[in-house]
Amino acid sequence: MTARVLVGVKRVIDYAVKIRVKPDNTGVVTDGVKHSMNPFCEIAVEEAVRLKEKKLVQEVVAVSCGPQQVQETIRTALAMGADRGIHVEVSGKDYDSLGPLQVSKILAALAKKEEASLIILGKQAIDDDCNQTGQMTAALLDWPQGTFASELVIEGDKVKVVREIDGGLETIKLNMPVVVTADLRLNTPRYATLPNIMKAKKKKIANMKPGDLGVDMTSRVEVLRVDEPPQRQAGVKVESVEDLVSKLKEAGRI
Amino acid sequence: CNGARERTLSALRAVAGDEGVCVGAALREQHGRDESVHRCRPPDVVVFPRCVEEVSALAKICHHHRLPIIPFGTGTGLEGGVGALKGGVCFSLRKMDQVLDLHQEDFDVTVEPGVTRKGLNSYLRDTGLWFPVDPGADASLCGMAATSASGTNAVRYGTMRENVLNLEVVLADGTVFCTAGRGRRPRKTSAGYNLTNLFVGSEGTLGLLTKATLRLYGLPESTVSAVCSFPSVQAAVDSTVQVLQAGVPIARIEFLDDVMIDACNRFNSLSYPIMPTLFLEFHGSSRSLEEQVTITEEITRENSGSDFSWAEDEETRAQLWKARHDAWYAALALRPGCKAYSTDVCVPLSRLPQIIVETKQDLITNNLTGPIAGHVGDGNFHCIMVLNPEDPEEVKRVHEFTERLARRALAMDGTCTGEHGVGLGKRALLREELGPLAMEVMQGLKATLDPKNLMNPGKVL
Repeated sequence: MTARVLVGVKRVIDYAVKIRVKPDNTGVVTDGVKHSMNPFCEIAVEEAVRLKEKKLVQEVVAVSCGPQQVQETIRTALAMGADRGIHVEVSGKDYDSLGPLQVSKILAALAKKEEASLIILGKQAIDDDCNQTGQMTAALLDWPQGTFASELVIEGDKVKVVREIDGGLETIKLNMPVVVTADLRLNTPRYATLPNIMKAKKKKIANMKPGDLGVDMTSRVEVLRVDEPPQRQAGVKVESVEDLVSKLKEAGRI
Repeated sequence: CNGARERTLSALRAVAGDEGVCVGAALREQHGRDESVHRCRPPDVVVFPRCVEEVSALAKICHHHRLPIIPFGTGTGLEGGVGALKGGVCFSLRKMDQVLDLHQEDFDVTVEPGVTRKGLNSYLRDTGLWFPVDPGADASLCGMAATSASGTNAVRYGTMRENVLNLEVVLADGTVFCTAGRGRRPRKTSAGYNLTNLFVGSEGTLGLLTKATLRLYGLPESTVSAVCSFPSVQAAVDSTVQVLQAGVPIARIEFLDDVMIDACNRFNSLSYPIMPTLFLEFHGSSRSLEEQVTITEEITRENSGSDFSWAEDEETRAQLWKARHDAWYAALALRPGCKAYSTDVCVPLSRLPQIIVETKQDLITNNLTGPIAGHVGDGNFHCIMVLNPEDPEEVKRVHEFTERLARRALAMDGTCTGEHGVGLGKRALLREELGPLAMEVMQGLKATLDPKNLMNPGKVL
């Protein structure tokens, strides 16, 4: 039986919030804005917990990188059924420039330290849409990867993954240890219930810094500017087909 | 007259901004209809206030010019409540969409009128709490308070009447006040007249609701769903009564008649036995669920119930309940191209078998399509009348049927509307239901709170 699953969870602005760009165009407004667990990370946690319920894995460890507040996100994972958490403290400038490269280095180091044989991540985060962390983590560890998973089955020391791809579905078999990234249809995550939230308060969250894992947090990416998409202009109503054609010609479209 | 109109519009714009005051035909029509069969009655203007101060200032302008005020949430009402019968100003409250003041340990939350029930439950999803009142639509919570809405799990969690702790109200003259005192949210109180419940169900005729403080509940630890068929309506209702008497804290108990089951089978290629059927749902811990299901199964068996199936995992539960979930669409599919109108009466449980049997006979005698779905644990049921709205003869027959149905319910100590409200179409029935003296009291309250009759005129009273 596989020992340990590592699940990465990211704290992001809640999907229902209307995003506003900061007046200085350096980023989006995050102060006072509702945050929650990235929806694809919820799916990843759900899958890991289901594997544990089926007794196919022994322990689910939830990991998050960021400032103090990410502990709430780890607590949610614990309330969903993860056994313990790891909070890798990243704050200030390091947090502003935190991206898939740094996170994947951290996850790779943790996977070795915790002797995990399975890493499940969301396929992407809804704030940056990078879709890179899973792939980079697998590369750093030299592990096989099953990305965009809509189905995950453990068969002995192998993992069967059904992937959502452009043409339809692709089924692959991977030797463990592996990295899997969760796509939308992998499962429907459970809601945390009050009794489980209470129990989660007693579960342990370990604290560490990237330095403890020997990870270099330098970013090679610099954000120059953030802008809102252009405002939608009002449409124009025309009375006849001739009008329409002449307007299209005026606009250089035909 | 044009000058006066322009001056009024300018005054409104000075409060709500240029984008907050709309006179375009399409937008006005959008705000003159809901999901009922009543025809569109567009207002003269639609305003979009952003805060309670703007609502109050706009109301003052309307009050000064004697313009009707029609509050608008999501437009998902079923009784024509938003039609601007006398024109006027529709107050669309959708820009006020914040969840304020969540108190997890106290199980309460305050919301603005633009927050819908699904929006709130999504906001709450990490807290282990939820707001269980679930009418079919994803309605505005303040709109639900205004119509005293209810849902399929009222039998366990109650309706809006039991779950609104406080309301912020704006009266027609712009006065702003809180029905239970500003910021107050005790779980119970005996302080003064129950103004909160006066406004719950007032359907926009007494004031605009700009904040609602709601009672929250813990999410169920586990859920089990079950289905069971019965040889008769009586057997199904008897089972319901006995389940309640046995103290089973059942969460949902829904009834579909044989006509509805047949429609569902055809719509989804299912194969439920074509008999009166109960759809049940239980909430609780695993241990408590085992007990609840065992007791219930025994009761259904004693009442000649058959094919009792139950499930705990989400996918199978969804399959078992598919007929109930698709009932509306299955009914519509019986006669493609037609529209559907849902009746809504509620009687004491013991009278339910009789009223359903008499109603089914009425449908057959009058050649009407009306499959039945009901919240049988509350004595509340709906006939989904499928009709061709372009056929005046059929429209007339359906209208007369619904009047007979309402009077049948009244004759059995019931009500002409269990959850949809009085709106436009049931005012005469309300008078019959309450009697002249209670109506006088209601008229008196209306005259006190809205002497110029500007708040949603032509509705309820």
